[in-house]
Amino acid sequence: MEKKRKLTIAKAMSEAIALEMRTSPDVLVMGEDIAKMGGVFGNTQGLLDEFGPDRVRDTPISETAFIGTAVGMAAAGMKPVVELMFVDFFGVCMDAIYNLAAKQSYFSGGNVTCPMVLMTSVGGGYGDAGQHSQTLYATFGHLPGMKVVMPSNAYDAKGMLAAAINDPNPVIFMYHKALQGMGWLGTVQRSIVHVPEEHYTVPLDKAHIVREGQDITLVGLGHTVHLALDAAATLESQGIDAEVIDLRSIAPLDRDTILASVKKTGTLISVDDDYHSYGVGAEILASIAEQENLQLKAAPKRISYPDIPVPFAPEMEHHVLPNANKIVSAAQRILKVGEHV
Amino acid sequence: MKLTRTQKLWMFEKMVESRHFENLIKPAYFEGKQPVFNMAKGPLPGEMHLSDGQEPCAVGVCAHLRPCDAVTATHRPHHIAIAKGVNLEAMASEIFGRANGLSGGRGGHMHLFDKDVNFCCSGIIAQGMGPAVGAAMAAKLRGKDDVAVAFIGEGAANQGAFHETLNLASVWNAPVVFVVEDNAYGISVSKRSATAIERNADRACAYGMPGIFVPGNDPDRVFEAARDAIARARSGQGPSLIEIETIRLEGHFMGDAESYRPEGEKDALLTRDPITLYRTRLENEGVTPSTLDVIEATAKDRITAAFAHARQSPAPSPEDAFTTVFA
Ligand SMILES: Cc1ncc(C[n+]2csc(CCOP(=O)(O)OP(=O)(O)O)c2C)c(N)n1
Ligand SMILES: [Mg+2]
Repeated sequence: MEKKRKLTIAKAMSEAIALEMRTSPDVLVMGEDIAKMGGVFGNTQGLLDEFGPDRVRDTPISETAFIGTAVGMAAAGMKPVVELMFVDFFGVCMDAIYNLAAKQSYFSGGNVTCPMVLMTSVGGGYGDAGQHSQTLYATFGHLPGMKVVMPSNAYDAKGMLAAAINDPNPVIFMYHKALQGMGWLGTVQRSIVHVPEEHYTVPLDKAHIVREGQDITLVGLGHTVHLALDAAATLESQGIDAEVIDLRSIAPLDRDTILASVKKTGTLISVDDDYHSYGVGAEILASIAEQENLQLKAAPKRISYPDIPVPFAPEMEHHVLPNANKIVSAAQRILKVGEHV
Repeated sequence: MKLTRTQKLWMFEKMVESRHFENLIKPAYFEGKQPVFNMAKGPLPGEMHLSDGQEPCAVGVCAHLRPCDAVTATHRPHHIAIAKGVNLEAMASEIFGRANGLSGGRGGHMHLFDKDVNFCCSGIIAQGMGPAVGAAMAAKLRGKDDVAVAFIGEGAANQGAFHETLNLASVWNAPVVFVVEDNAYGISVSKRSATAIERNADRACAYGMPGIFVPGNDPDRVFEAARDAIARARSGQGPSLIEIETIRLEGHFMGDAESYRPEGEKDALLTRDPITLYRTRLENEGVTPSTLDVIEATAKDRITAAFAHARQSPAPSPEDAFTTVFA
């Protein structure tokens, strides 16, 4: 049997970047605290030592400037990998992303591409309050012209980041803080998995069925994949066989995989930790609702974050975050089994 | 107006209060985070940015402010909040996420709002600068002589909002003072490696306002620079920029290993603790040690009482998360 190399998502990401940097001189990394510190979330550790300060650049706190710069580098054919440590901070530089990077190909009639990657952390649950705990999947997923992806485990992280760096389009590469494997934040152990040493890619447009089941489909992404798996284990003990889908990609959304699953199971719960309205779950449920000749056995359901800013106090924050219990109760309710709430 | 002994003792007292506040946070922060450090755990979850070493910036400026003057601060807000007169018990309760905190536990340490003394802070770099100009313009348009002060770190001077706000404040002749706390680092990135010129104070001339550099992390010199800039704003002569050379005695946030600092740098900083130095100066100027001891003891008692209050206070109800989203 092959020897296991269990890596965190952080380590898998830095490994993916290093492999691309070794193959192509066009790949470079820039962002705040990514060189000397190796990234606040550890995903650029070791790169400065191997590749030096020309290709691994700490930037000033000037996001409009360095993300705009990345767009220009990408237009010139380089492959910048840029980090802005929290998705919450993108308000200061959104223009360069959704009006420049995302539209470069279209405005040039496909003649100028934008092969850049923007890495950013998402998620709360650790008391960092309303400007450091958001996910904003739908905000980015809503804007055409860029891919938006997030791994749920280290294997996918390495393969998806390799695919993202080689993709000719801008890719927003989100990573969830609850899975990152940092020393200072707890990590869902299931995200730390075997990662092959060699180069490989994982497609950016394919959802992944992580657990097969017959009775209900649970769709998650990033951290909520693990919540769904936990819920599926509980449901199994109650005689409910749940299928769990890891979206991997917010944009494009792999509707085919979701639909095929729902055709089999007859109903669905989507689980994400972004604000409820106009969210990932809304898009998934709308896609199901639009299907002609699809008979659901029970009404589908969204579990998400309510339409409120993220509160600081744990008593409030944990009350509103999605969790496995909420998924279990929702499944029981829509399948009309177990305790009725 | 010369700096009086009363003012000096006030600055000393507020610096001691601020430092004691941070000193009580330190052990509390690690409660529940041992043996394995996990930021999510304990009575103080989340990031924690301490202000040890930067107290002179806060007291030298806030000594000139009234409760009706507005202050916007940063992710590193405690020293400024205390010098501005934010309610200590409500502030401590907020940081512990209690129902009687400034915002009922919704904001935490990076989002302290105290309407009574016109203080607020936030977590995105340079974010408070626009609102400070807004507070200043509101006073001006209503014919009041209130002023506003925006505190930022030196790293924020590279943010677009810094340059836009300085220009706007100048064009509108807003009664505002911008205070840059230069602690030489933005997280791990040194000012030298990230800033095109040596002194941010020199950037002021590009926006038609005075730029004052205050060396030495010295409360008295900060006091003097701020006195002039705030008087200028109050009398309708427009904005100023002050850059204060200061030191960060702790990591960027608690748990920061600070491996980016050159060998020996931290030890050298620790010999320049501004509160110790200021106490020595006051003694040399003839203040008796026992007077200073009494000030220190009462200042610390006040903070200790605020923490005790916070710890005894009830947690918010989970359902409180849904209130105050809209007015
Ligand atoms: C727009 C934005 N970019 C990045 C960050 C992450 N960040 C938080 S504090 C900090 C460093 C700030 O340095 P400085 O302004 O010098 O303040 P200091 O921490 O030294 O007090 C950074 C980069 C942020 N909060 N907002
Ligand atoms: Mg700084």
